[in-house]
Amino acid sequence: MIWGVLQFPGSCDERDALHACLLAGGEARLVWHEERDLGGLDAIVVPGGFSYGDYLRAGAIARFSPAMEAVAEFAAAGGPVLGICNGFQVLCEAGLLPGALLRNENLRFVCRQVELIAAFGGPETPKSCDRPGESLSIPVKHGEGRYWAPEEMLDEIEARGQVAFRYAPGQNPNGSARDVAGVRNEAGNVLGLMPHPEHAVDELTGSTDGLKIFEGMR
Amino acid sequence: MATKARVLIRPKEGILDPQGKAVERALPALGFEGVEHVRVGRVVELETDRPDALGELCEKLLANPLIEDYEIEKL
Repeated sequence: MIWGVLQFPGSCDERDALHACLLAGGEARLVWHEERDLGGLDAIVVPGGFSYGDYLRAGAIARFSPAMEAVAEFAAAGGPVLGICNGFQVLCEAGLLPGALLRNENLRFVCRQVELIAAFGGPETPKSCDRPGESLSIPVKHGEGRYWAPEEMLDEIEARGQVAFRYAPGQNPNGSARDVAGVRNEAGNVLGLMPHPEHAVDELTGSTDGLKIFEGMR
Repeated sequence: MATKARVLIRPKEGILDPQGKAVERALPALGFEGVEHVRVGRVVELETDRPDALGELCEKLLANPLIEDYEIEKL
């Protein structure tokens, strides 16, 4: 198993993601945003940060990078892709995941531990989501994490079981629609979430629940 | 000859715009009462040799059509 962790100008969580991949098992390497060849990689992580300075909209410019073109092909071929925070924004901008991430409702950057409820289990679910009802303690840190989609799209993704994680009742930190913290694509191989599982892989920082999400990508 | 254009991008009607709300709430403190429905968007000015492609350019990059409306003004 070889993990690839994308690195854009402005990424800042790629090293933690790399560390989490190694803990989850296998080898891992960084993939510079200008790389077009993902040959030999078995799973891709699009990490958090502020790719290309978040200019225009978070993730809007990163989606056109050569590495993201390769990720779109990788995802279309069924390869597992995990987008975290800015990576989630990039995957939404790229159309690989439904919806969009907007400025937090209260305009404040939030940085705190939240409880996530894994929302779905089913035959096409990545193993990382296949723990319905399980609670995971994972930190959030973002200013633009308010998940939004039109009502009819929300109904559809709920009906198809694409909501992978919700914030526990009362813990929605940003005003996300229907407490959605993470979604997957219809095929189930692309997963994005605002909280940072790569920051919850060691007891030293209070929780190892994030590791379960990386282990589930294998 | 390059065409100058101005693109106005704003959050779609019905989507909560917390920046607009924050501005709206700040105004009474300055004595500006009765200002409502403040929306904050952005303006992109550009020059292009392909004015026919402006719409596509907006759809693909300048705006996210899921959450934003845009208007193109050729100058």
